[in-house]
Amino acid sequence: MAPTEPPVLSAEGLCKAYGGLKAVDAVSFQVAPGEIVGLVGPNGAGKTTTINMVLGVLEPTAGRILIHGEDLKAKRSRALAHTNFAAVYAPLPGNLTVEQNLRIFGLIYGVPRLSERIEALLEEYDLVRFRRTKAGLLSSGEQTRVTLAKAMLNSPRLLMLDEPTASIDPSTARDIRTRIAAFAERGDAGVLWTSHNMYEVEAVCHRILFLSRGRILLEGDPKTLPREHGAETLEDLFVQVAHEALHEAESRTGPAR
Amino acid sequence: MNPSRVAAVALRQVYLLRGSPQRVLPMFAWVAIDIVLWGFITRYLNSVSGAGFDFVPALLGAVLLWDFLTRVMQGVTMAFFEDVWSRNFLNFFATPLTTGEYLCGLVATAATTSLLGLIAMLVLATGVFGLSFAAYGAALLPFLLVLFVSGIALGVFAAGVVLRLGPASEWLIWPIPTLVSPFVGVFYPLSVLPGWMQAIAHLLPPAYVFEGMRAIVAGGPAPWGQLAAGGALSILYLGLACLYFAGVYRFAIRTGLIARYSAETVS
Repeated sequence: MAPTEPPVLSAEGLCKAYGGLKAVDAVSFQVAPGEIVGLVGPNGAGKTTTINMVLGVLEPTAGRILIHGEDLKAKRSRALAHTNFAAVYAPLPGNLTVEQNLRIFGLIYGVPRLSERIEALLEEYDLVRFRRTKAGLLSSGEQTRVTLAKAMLNSPRLLMLDEPTASIDPSTARDIRTRIAAFAERGDAGVLWTSHNMYEVEAVCHRILFLSRGRILLEGDPKTLPREHGAETLEDLFVQVAHEALHEAESRTGPAR
Repeated sequence: MNPSRVAAVALRQVYLLRGSPQRVLPMFAWVAIDIVLWGFITRYLNSVSGAGFDFVPALLGAVLLWDFLTRVMQGVTMAFFEDVWSRNFLNFFATPLTTGEYLCGLVATAATTSLLGLIAMLVLATGVFGLSFAAYGAALLPFLLVLFVSGIALGVFAAGVVLRLGPASEWLIWPIPTLVSPFVGVFYPLSVLPGWMQAIAHLLPPAYVFEGMRAIVAGGPAPWGQLAAGGALSILYLGLACLYFAGVYRFAIRTGLIARYSAETVS
């Protein structure tokens, strides 16, 4: 990690409101080059809303997003050229082959020497034998590898992963974690990672942001944070903080229905 | 405007067409059926009318030109629907791709597919039924240009409607050409329409094409002024359609509709 480097992502005072409901409320954080930041929290906490705002597919009600120094609102296309993402809910078109998908997104991201880059990624993600297979015919683990290969096409400065290991077997999940950790270790790119798997978060992330009801409640090193808050494990801390946040919200507004 | 990103959107459609006879066949089949059907109708009318009037350039030519417009529109909407059906918006719009580049990619696709359809129609109409485009003279190119721009405008507008209302609104889009056709006088002069329909017709660029075509077939000069008016209107509508699509896209980004498109609504 190189904390003195300017951040690859700077989110300042992000808010997203739907009518009276605040899905994300004054969230500020940074991701430094070489850093893997985990965005954790219960369902509906605002993790995906935050990621969608950074991806440029959801406009914040307030706040500012800088990606590699580019203001997302003012220079959307330039800012997004520094990013890429993989999400379990955004598979690549199933009616195109693996290679066709990679070529199309490679053109969109303006990847130089695209054919060479595709070959390298097919090798790296063990997809060579699937290059002419339609993406929709692959297993969920294989599809995850394809979306990760797509996410690496442009060697992004900011990689966003929304539950990338959901619904895949432990062996493949470990393999993916190793690849992402190696990607971050290169030092010029940061990763924003959401997951419900606290073991995974502890193993991979340098820092976590605990979101609940749209706000950051805790922030710190996932390896030391549980002890600092009197919990045995990160999962215990997760449950404890999620319950406290729920009770606090209920005491203000009455029980959730 | 980045040509590489425009090419990516168009290349996606090339890949889909290349390995899919069920996508390629309709590009030729429906227009061919129309030409064969109307080819025989015009032959029959020529044989029974006995007035010396040649129905081939008037009716068969009109069918060909109208089918060209509908193919252009469907070229845009079909390419757009491919992204609807494969839930590809999040993948596309979370990239540097701009809406202008995306629309240009759809237009490039529509230009290619409609040109292939036009060639198929020309081969059939001239080879089998003796339609000669020399009958339209130098006005043929402006005819095709006005219809092309009008078809693109309709397609972009239709894509905006589906983006705004969700995947199920696709069924609203298919009948649009049929709804427009009575007003633009594909087969009859606008003078046979009631006043209110004529008023609407004068707002529709294709009406100027079909009126011009009939004027030429009747032996008159090419109505260049009328064609210019139709051309200007078609460019105006294309601009408005692009503005509408961009407005809907901004709405979808503001409300989160792009990220949750399959839900069809954000309310």
